[in-house]
Amino acid sequence: MTAPIKKLKVATTSLAGCFGCHMSFLDIDERLLDLVQLVEFDRSPLTDIKTCGPCDIGIIEGGLCNAENVHVLREFRANCTILIAMGACSVNGGLPAQRNHLSLPVILEEVYHAQHGLVDGFIPNDPELPLPLDKVHPIHEVVKVDYFIPGCPPSGDAIWKVLTDLLAGRQPELGHGLIHYD
Amino acid sequence: MSKANPPSFTLDGKTIPFGEGQTIIQAAMDAGVYIPHLCFNPEFKPHGSCKLCTVKADGRQTASCTQQAKDGMVVESDIKEINDERRALLQMLFVEGNHFCPSCEKSGNCQLQATAYELDMMSPHFDHFFPDRPLDASHPDYLLDFNRCILCSLCVRASRDVDGKNVFALSGRGIKSHLIVNAKSGHLADTDFSGDDKAAHVCPVGVILKKRVGFATPIGQRSFDEQPISATPHPVVKGA
Amino acid sequence: MVNQTNPHAAYLDPILARHRHNPADLLQILIAAQEAHGHIHTDAIDHLSAALDLPRAKIEGVAGFYSFLHLKPQGQYRVLFSDNITDRMLGNMELMNSLCSQLWVEAGKVSEDGLVSINTTSCTGMCDQGPALLVNNIAINRLTQERINAIAELIRERVPVSAWPAEFFAIEDNIRRRDILLDGHFQSGSALAALLQRGSDATLNEIKASKLRGRGGAGFSTGMKWEFCRNATGDAHYVVCNADEGEPGTFKDRVLLNGYADRVFEGMTLCARIIGAKQGFLYLRGEYRYLLEHLKAVLQHRRQQNLLGKGILGQADFDFDIEIHLGAGAYVCGEESALIESLEGKRGTPRNRPPFPVTHGYLNQPTVVNNVETFAATTLIAENGGAWYAGIGTETSSGTKILSVSGDCERPGLYEYPFGVTIAQVLADCGAHNTQAVQVSGASGVCLAPNEFQRRIAFDDIPTAGAFMVFDKTRDMFEVARNFIHFFAHESCGFCTPCRVGTSLLCNMMDKLAGGHGSPYDFAEIEKLNVLLQSTSHCGLGHSACNPVLDTIAKFRPAYDKRLAQKDFIPAFDLDRALSQARQMTGRDDTGAHLERNHEQS
Repeated sequence: MTAPIKKLKVATTSLAGCFGCHMSFLDIDERLLDLVQLVEFDRSPLTDIKTCGPCDIGIIEGGLCNAENVHVLREFRANCTILIAMGACSVNGGLPAQRNHLSLPVILEEVYHAQHGLVDGFIPNDPELPLPLDKVHPIHEVVKVDYFIPGCPPSGDAIWKVLTDLLAGRQPELGHGLIHYD
Repeated sequence: MSKANPPSFTLDGKTIPFGEGQTIIQAAMDAGVYIPHLCFNPEFKPHGSCKLCTVKADGRQTASCTQQAKDGMVVESDIKEINDERRALLQMLFVEGNHFCPSCEKSGNCQLQATAYELDMMSPHFDHFFPDRPLDASHPDYLLDFNRCILCSLCVRASRDVDGKNVFALSGRGIKSHLIVNAKSGHLADTDFSGDDKAAHVCPVGVILKKRVGFATPIGQRSFDEQPISATPHPVVKGA
Repeated sequence: MVNQTNPHAAYLDPILARHRHNPADLLQILIAAQEAHGHIHTDAIDHLSAALDLPRAKIEGVAGFYSFLHLKPQGQYRVLFSDNITDRMLGNMELMNSLCSQLWVEAGKVSEDGLVSINTTSCTGMCDQGPALLVNNIAINRLTQERINAIAELIRERVPVSAWPAEFFAIEDNIRRRDILLDGHFQSGSALAALLQRGSDATLNEIKASKLRGRGGAGFSTGMKWEFCRNATGDAHYVVCNADEGEPGTFKDRVLLNGYADRVFEGMTLCARIIGAKQGFLYLRGEYRYLLEHLKAVLQHRRQQNLLGKGILGQADFDFDIEIHLGAGAYVCGEESALIESLEGKRGTPRNRPPFPVTHGYLNQPTVVNNVETFAATTLIAENGGAWYAGIGTETSSGTKILSVSGDCERPGLYEYPFGVTIAQVLADCGAHNTQAVQVSGASGVCLAPNEFQRRIAFDDIPTAGAFMVFDKTRDMFEVARNFIHFFAHESCGFCTPCRVGTSLLCNMMDKLAGGHGSPYDFAEIEKLNVLLQSTSHCGLGHSACNPVLDTIAKFRPAYDKRLAQKDFIPAFDLDRALSQARQMTGRDDTGAHLERNHEQS
């Protein structure tokens, strides 16, 4: 990547995540001001833009637990030159993937039928609702991912480091203290 | 090369003396030089299964924990080619089991995790196996979370060779290999396992965990928060 | 604690007594226990644990290692279809599916009434007469749809396997070309008589002079191996014959043990005299269980002839006997140190080497481990001298080699040639036409393309343990490699990380390509894994697991290219199928309830 002549376009989203990574993103604090000198945001919870246009960098929080997650991820992959997996759920499935040792029917039964206190429970079937996948997957199992920022969440400093490395055309490196999986 | 005693080899250019019968990693460790490893523990006979300690000795790749040191040997360890392979081996271990660090009490004191940090493992890379490995909470004082087992067999060796108990063993074959305990019920509570056993304290990952002491050390103060595993003298690991 | 009322004691106690309560015989005891009871019952483990003073976890660990041992009840009829590529080419999958549907059972499961279980197993060594299966560990070959129908009927009618038609169990030797070993008339004891006349040292010198090299494939000098072992100090020396012939496509040892067992045992006895061993073992792969009674009879006959036992041929200081140990479905036990672990009743995990078996083998004592064919060849050398033997074959590869020929040819079977024979010659002799490739030395061997058919079978050109599988131009070499990598994943012992995880990953990637979901990215991943397995694995299994893939990529690249149907990476799993459970649970089938697997990317 050569030095930017114009602002890079960045999109972000949260799939099967908790928005904790986005919170952590905001933890770069006053450096956000530096960042917005370099980038402009497309689709992101920060902008409330709902669809992703052509971007230089897409940042994905969260893994894939349902059909909608897959659609959004594909939209990002199709539009972003560089795709970054941000945070444990995106990198390895994280907390949502802890359901993977249970079969989906068992989970749906438990949640919507068997659970104590449910009266006339039924499994929601509104076409508006995305269907859950039988297993939760990290995003690299479904699309090609260019960079990963591990952590639950990654610290603001780690996110900042990766972004600034990329903006400067360097291979992102975290090193001791910044790389962590928890 | 010096002809004087003791015999020595070079490791990434540094001269490492070695004693009778020492393997490369043993001599390197004595000299304070880190070679990544998981199934090796200096208190036990080298095992050679994880292959993280792979080095190039005189141009040939070998596990440094089992390869006898030889006078004049040229060993390369901290080089890109080898570190790339080590990282791939770590990624294999991560996708083989279920390693969800945020929920693991061993996080911050885990050798698998710390070694992955050391080797800049940013992702598991491969597709996950997501195996189903129920945990065993039967014992009043200890918990077994098989999801994290990397089959290093240190607990097997410690129980058999140090404790004289055979609480642990490996069963299955290939990708279905797994840790079992010595009880008809299959439960740790029905074995003669005790918290005083050596086997209770050798797990390099988060399989064998003492109950009711989890997360006692605040994040930021755990072994590998403070310094990387390459700078941590083995096996002084908090919470181990 | 031995429980007097343990219902399993009745069949276990005689087995334990037969094995003198020796914990090193654990695997043999488990095999016998399963033959008696159908599976290894958890209460049986209680009894064995107490009687052998072994922790039950160790017993479970050993039982869990071997494919043919079961800790859970299996079908009364246990049917295992041999799944080598040659069986595949002969339609084994269609036959298995037919049997499954006729008996209402899913492959890999036990039928609900507990009557039958059906599954695949690694090559059973019947490639010249496949498709083959094992029923309760007994081989049935030349399967046809009619035979499968008959088997289904016999199982439904609960006819004991012992009462099935005898022709089902006929096994042909199919010897097509005989040379010094397969043609030679052998008088029991003649090689031993020659040894006694010449003396042990002089006979060892003849073996060295013969330049005989191990026939298992690695080709170590037999004379040197025996000499190292003889010179090693220990409480006892051991002779082990490796008849764990598991390399897919190899079946020569089966024929040698069927028709030439006397020679094999005599070769072991020569070795025993030279290295000073009193005990020998023949480690027989479980798939050849049907040969056990025959082999025991040959041993008994040799004892009667004073060729085994105490004071062999009247020599007061010459005591030697041979025990047969069975394997139980673990290819890795063909690796000599894993074989020794298995002989000691353990999981068949290859040891760290050095030390080598010649100094630290069975029970850590000096041990010679040689191939069946190697031992047989030593009798020829004892009889005829080393110079005679060295004069046959080539400079670096003396003597003859028996090839197990199978696949696309008119006359599959055994072919014995002096070393140096060209691939083309073998192909001509076996009646192979339009040959696209030959896989020499099994899955771990080398895949040769037509431009290499002038190469020779010899240690310095194409070394081989004996397998010679022929593929004509109608065959898909990608599928050949995929079959082999599945074999390796199934047979990986699981000890080291790269082989345990890497072979499974490689399988998944090959399956992804086979499903039409491969992209250049996946191809690059396969190539990276190949390198990693080769450079970091613990033993030869992992080192060679990627050979079939590497070879076929190098020589049959179009077979891969046509699999790389995708320009960009797509998932290995089917996203739409990943929604099917949810569709079923919600009753939805609207467009939003589906996902295209293949999605257009930038």
